[in-house]
Amino acid sequence: MKVHEYQAKEVLARYGVAVPRNKLVTGADQARAAAEELGGRVVVKAQIHAGGRGKGGGVKLADNPDEAVKLAGEILGMTLVTKQTGPEGRLVRRVLIEEALPIERELYLGIVLDRSEGFPVMMASKFGGMEIEEVAAENPDAILKAHFDPDVGLHPYLARQLAFGLGLSGDAFKAGTKLMHALARAYGDTDASLFEINPLVTTTDGRVIALDAKASFDDSAMFRHKDIAAMRDLDEEEPLEVEASKFDLNYIKLDGNIGCMVNGAGLAMATMDIIKHCGGEPANFLDVGGDASQERVAAAFRILLSDTAVKGVLVNIFGGIVRCDMVARGVVAAAEEVKLSIPLVVRLEGTNVEEGRRVLAESDLAVIVGEGMADAAEKVVAAVGGAS
Amino acid sequence: MSIWVNSDTKVVVQGLTGKEGRFHAQKCLEYGTKIVAGVTPGKAGEDVDGVPVFNTVDDAVKATGANASLIFVPPPFAADAILEAADAGIEIVICITEGIPARDMIQVQRILQGLPTRLIGGNCPGIITPGECKLGIMPGHISIPGPIGVVSRSGTLTYEAIGQLTALELGQSTCVGIGGDALPGTNFIDCLEAFAADYDTEGIVMIGEIGGNAEEEAAAFITQFVDKPVVAFIAGQTAPPGRRMGHAGAIISGGKGTAADKIAALEAAGIAVARTPAEIGITMKLALENQSLLD
Repeated sequence: MKVHEYQAKEVLARYGVAVPRNKLVTGADQARAAAEELGGRVVVKAQIHAGGRGKGGGVKLADNPDEAVKLAGEILGMTLVTKQTGPEGRLVRRVLIEEALPIERELYLGIVLDRSEGFPVMMASKFGGMEIEEVAAENPDAILKAHFDPDVGLHPYLARQLAFGLGLSGDAFKAGTKLMHALARAYGDTDASLFEINPLVTTTDGRVIALDAKASFDDSAMFRHKDIAAMRDLDEEEPLEVEASKFDLNYIKLDGNIGCMVNGAGLAMATMDIIKHCGGEPANFLDVGGDASQERVAAAFRILLSDTAVKGVLVNIFGGIVRCDMVARGVVAAAEEVKLSIPLVVRLEGTNVEEGRRVLAESDLAVIVGEGMADAAEKVVAAVGGAS
Repeated sequence: MSIWVNSDTKVVVQGLTGKEGRFHAQKCLEYGTKIVAGVTPGKAGEDVDGVPVFNTVDDAVKATGANASLIFVPPPFAADAILEAADAGIEIVICITEGIPARDMIQVQRILQGLPTRLIGGNCPGIITPGECKLGIMPGHISIPGPIGVVSRSGTLTYEAIGQLTALELGQSTCVGIGGDALPGTNFIDCLEAFAADYDTEGIVMIGEIGGNAEEEAAAFITQFVDKPVVAFIAGQTAPPGRRMGHAGAIISGGKGTAADKIAALEAAGIAVARTPAEIGITMKLALENQSLLD
């Protein structure tokens, strides 16, 4: 689960990570008081769940409160397009007004889960402001790494290694290692999956501060972090995906025209792949779950069909424990319930498959029966007008 | 022959009295799996379809000699259930539960490092040695005994592959679903190592997906240590970056973990990669034929 920058900073600050003094505002009129309180010279930052905000024009420096009001007015309500938002962009509903700092150096500090090691890894680099992936590609030795056990925290020697490696000294060294310990503790305590502070800045007066902050948290652990779960911003999510999650359906919208309904995540991905292989474009990823009951199938149909780009639907169910004839009856009933009017290709495999295909053939629906994944994919691609 | 589970495996089901546990334990019993005990704290003395229930795994092991565990407990308690099984000396733990926090799995993996217990999962369909024993939620009837070892991060996609193999009369030695989480207890390499050492496994099907670099690590391992034919398929060739495709571990992040990278690594290791999911079975058949031409 992603959160906004202001929320990430709020969480990090609780653990003692130094962040700039700031105020969140939702109207330009609130920007004056905020800027005055923060010393006049401030940075106005659009709050959306996407990186690249600065280049997209969503982060601006105001020299005085008047300018802060003007910039907040421009940024609030704008549709911010960055390389991470896609061409449609995101509506800016909130801006963060933040004190401008006497920046000396820009560094990078982040934590992710290293799946190979089975532990989180703190990563630091002197190249603040650059994407860590870029640094990794161009200059992998410039990334310093320290694995740690969240039950133990970051060992002091590891923090020292990173801080020396970043070239910190004096007050900044002390502040930097303190911040690293705080960040590691926050990561473990909050069930975070990613923290990224880019840039982490040193100031001319020896402070080390998280100038930006990005955080995402483990969805599976949100049951024990009600406060963080409450930070979820549905405005930042695809409406159909939000609707699907209400039915416990795993749905991700894509750009194609063939709706997919599949049981199981791996099979759902593989179904998208084979559609593409046959020259079609999948409109979505959708895992309808193991039982593929009529109720869930009907909900899935409704969500698929709300995407007006969808011109045909492929249902691919491997009936294992659940019998294919049951699935077939569910699909037929659900298709009738939602008055499906576009081509429907159904491929069933597994227990009682013959009976399942008979149910489909005898229904009043114009169901196209697919025999095997390749045949089903070819048929649905043909049904929507052939390969693109 | 087989890996890790066979007709002698004696199973305790943790969470037997729950809806899922009861349903799937029944299916495993029908398959012939020796389910000897269930565990639900506070329900000792009850039974489920004739299987006695105990308060703790330790009690169950002492009373029945169980050496394997199948876990159906809800995600907040699953890590604890795994550790309880390991502490009771269970040799192989299969955790079906989906949605265990990664933080809990970090702890579990660290603790298991010092113990002889093998964990499979979480968020996995389980393991089956056809004709001998099924520990999990996969349909038993699609498998037939034979020479192919199957290892996969997926559930239904694995059934798809097994179905194709069976249709081609290529039976399976053991099929292992290692699960779709970011931190699985057993990984590809563990399975490859076991299949490579298993006398009756003649070929291996490996089904990966986007996210992480387990497939790349497996490719490197195969180059060095596996001389049996290996066939792979990678799901998620069309998955967009930055989106979690159902499984917690199936995400392309920071440009890493793409299907293209994995396929390239596998092919560089000389592994035949099925281009579509419909071609997994036939690719294995061809790989075996090529192998026998070489022999």
